[in-house]
Amino acid sequence: MALPAIEEIKAKIEAAIPGASVTVIQNGSPSAQHSLLLDHAHAPAVAKFLRDHAELRLDYCTLVTGVDWPDTETSEKIKVKKLVKAADGTESEQEVDEVRKTKVPGYLEAVYHLFSMEKKHGPVVIRLRTANRTDDTHVPSLTPIWRGAEFQEREAFDLYGIVFDGHPDLRRILMWEGFKDFPMRKDYVPPPDEIPDVAAQAAGQESHA
Amino acid sequence: MRDALLDRDIYEPEEGEIMEVAMGPHHPSTHGVFRMDVKLEGERVIKLKPVFGYLHRNHEKIAENGAYLSAIPYTDRLDYLCSMTNNWGYVMAVEKLAGLSVPERAEYLRVIVAELTRFQNHAGLIGFLLQDMGASGTPLMYAFREREKVLDLFESLSGARMMCNYMRFGGLRVDATKEWLDEVRSLVTRLPGFVDEFEALLRANEILLARTQGTGVLPRELAINASVTGPMLRASGVNYDIRKVDHYGVYDRFNFKVPLGEHGDVYDRYMMRLLEMRETVKILEQALRDIPEGPVMDPKVRLRGLRPKPGEAYGRIESPKGELGFFLISDGTGNPYRYRVRPPSMINLTILEDMCLNHNIADVVIILGSVDIVLGEVDR
Amino acid sequence: MPDDLKDLKIELSKNGIFTTTLEEIYNWGRKNSVWPLTFGLACCAIEMIATTMARYDLARFGAEVFRPSPRQADLIIVSGTVTKKMAPQVVRLYNQMPEPKYVIAMGACAISGGPFRDGYNVLKGIDRYIPVDVHIPGCPPRPEALIHAFMTLQKKIDEQALAGSSRPRHLQKDLPSEFPVPEFGEHGLEPPQNDLVFHDAPGNPLKVIQ
Repeated sequence: MALPAIEEIKAKIEAAIPGASVTVIQNGSPSAQHSLLLDHAHAPAVAKFLRDHAELRLDYCTLVTGVDWPDTETSEKIKVKKLVKAADGTESEQEVDEVRKTKVPGYLEAVYHLFSMEKKHGPVVIRLRTANRTDDTHVPSLTPIWRGAEFQEREAFDLYGIVFDGHPDLRRILMWEGFKDFPMRKDYVPPPDEIPDVAAQAAGQESHA
Repeated sequence: MRDALLDRDIYEPEEGEIMEVAMGPHHPSTHGVFRMDVKLEGERVIKLKPVFGYLHRNHEKIAENGAYLSAIPYTDRLDYLCSMTNNWGYVMAVEKLAGLSVPERAEYLRVIVAELTRFQNHAGLIGFLLQDMGASGTPLMYAFREREKVLDLFESLSGARMMCNYMRFGGLRVDATKEWLDEVRSLVTRLPGFVDEFEALLRANEILLARTQGTGVLPRELAINASVTGPMLRASGVNYDIRKVDHYGVYDRFNFKVPLGEHGDVYDRYMMRLLEMRETVKILEQALRDIPEGPVMDPKVRLRGLRPKPGEAYGRIESPKGELGFFLISDGTGNPYRYRVRPPSMINLTILEDMCLNHNIADVVIILGSVDIVLGEVDR
Repeated sequence: MPDDLKDLKIELSKNGIFTTTLEEIYNWGRKNSVWPLTFGLACCAIEMIATTMARYDLARFGAEVFRPSPRQADLIIVSGTVTKKMAPQVVRLYNQMPEPKYVIAMGACAISGGPFRDGYNVLKGIDRYIPVDVHIPGCPPRPEALIHAFMTLQKKIDEQALAGSSRPRHLQKDLPSEFPVPEFGEHGLEPPQNDLVFHDAPGNPLKVIQ
């Protein structure tokens, strides 16, 4: 049985769980694997619905990925009226082009790929986004619904800092317990004193080549 | 007592003291740098926590800092016993992301090298499992004898024994000669005899049967919910082989069966690998008979400066360990924005604790051996 | 040994009388029975296992048994990438081996971090913490390369003196045979390297132990 189109799945979810906010994110590549963005409050209920629905039966969560979208800046050119001083000292109001930069806050994202072992179809991709990258990095955990997400959510926590609420055992999995950074983020800077050439140059000595 | 969240029993010790043992990371039977913190009540396991990360080489960050082409040699080093299938998983994901197509001869050659890889992986796994059980190296010697023959073929084809770096998106790096195909044909005629000999080594051995039958049972529903894939899933009775489900490559043209197990114990997983070795030989015979002539690389593909359109793709194959998938997000530049590996070995370890509870500590070693992990893939 | 003594030795041996020096026989016994530790980290470990298998057979060089316990081993073949999480265990294992002990750094990763050098979890060479005797380049090195390294180590053992200032570390009382184990810090290992052992440390005072 073929998987219904992404808009149909969205309609089914919205019909079954009132109040759930589901947005379709289009995928620009030829793979055409579009995804659904879910809100935090209804995500576990939506996940359970997707797993247990008779036609979809998405009982197999194959991959949980953390993605880092850093803060970006958008700039737009706008015309403003400003007081401009002319060469001979007189002031007049003119329209001038100004570039206004606005900061778009970044977020962390958890992407889940779902397949169905019973119906042998897939993938259906769902996404959960955090509010920002600094203080509010919580998303609900989907481990109670798909047990296979347990280690992968721990890895997303370890490498990105996404905190999964409701995870049975959320601690670091690949790095050691006292490690303080989130290494897969785009702004991670490794400690500088490990490369001997760099350290030697910093100390003003000749390095062994 | 029942853990409501994970829906399993929590075993309370009845009497006696609890001993905590750290098995690993340096251990003769843990297949690499892998640690299990085991809590024992006498000899019975009451809690087991896997700890890994001792081989975490941040493959994903390195791939994100380089071009799409430069990630291919790093994929060789993920599951270092099966470099060809790792390459295939990655190039399939890139082909889905960029919408590339592969010539027919390249597809057949991909099947041939992937099935040879699967064969030597399963032979090596059985060798390691039997060594863990105490058969002290002899089955491993037999397995490595065949593995050396396969590695000779890989070396003459791609230049390296283990880290072949052979596949490219849009095809293969270099074509196979007629002499090479004849060598493979002559090897494949001898393989069924090898599988018979290998199976006959320990087929009716009482120790093997007593130790493995009924040990480490994985129920069907738990296997699906815990995202287990590969021979371990099929040993629990779930018919899910990505070669048949996704119809990738040219696997549709070959006639092969998918063996299924009944009990989901260690014996079923051991037999699963033997049966899959026989199916692999069938696929190899058919592929070598039908391979067409032609190019092996799509000439329009820009290998060095590939800039796919912004978007994402998930491509997966049936590797010898399970479902190996790659998730790529492209932002239009020459480097992937996000590069993620779906490691079958790590995800199959999720229910290691459930399989080992209430068994003796000696069974933990063989249950871990039957899961078939390679630490390069678990930790990446 | 002077030439006329060598001729005398050959003449005597033709008659069934074998003469040797204490140094020769001590080194001969040691070099032909080097027992490695079963220590494989990553891909190079598979080539190490292939070297012990029937085709390349390391056992004929004396490495008949790979000991699982460091207390019974002479040689640690560091095969594979040493990560920062694993480095304290490697140093601990090395400390537990009794003297005389040798280290072979097999593969590019053990020598310098290899292809994974940019990693945040990768230790850029095991010789940051323990002294290495033989380095084998390659990724992974062929089994023949490991055999060649083994033979190089045997030659090195053969040339070690029993007395004098150039005698090896295990015969000198004031040189350390155990090295401090690094600790897990917040951003990496502390200390990032052991300056007594690591050659590339700027201004290394002691250029120890080789």
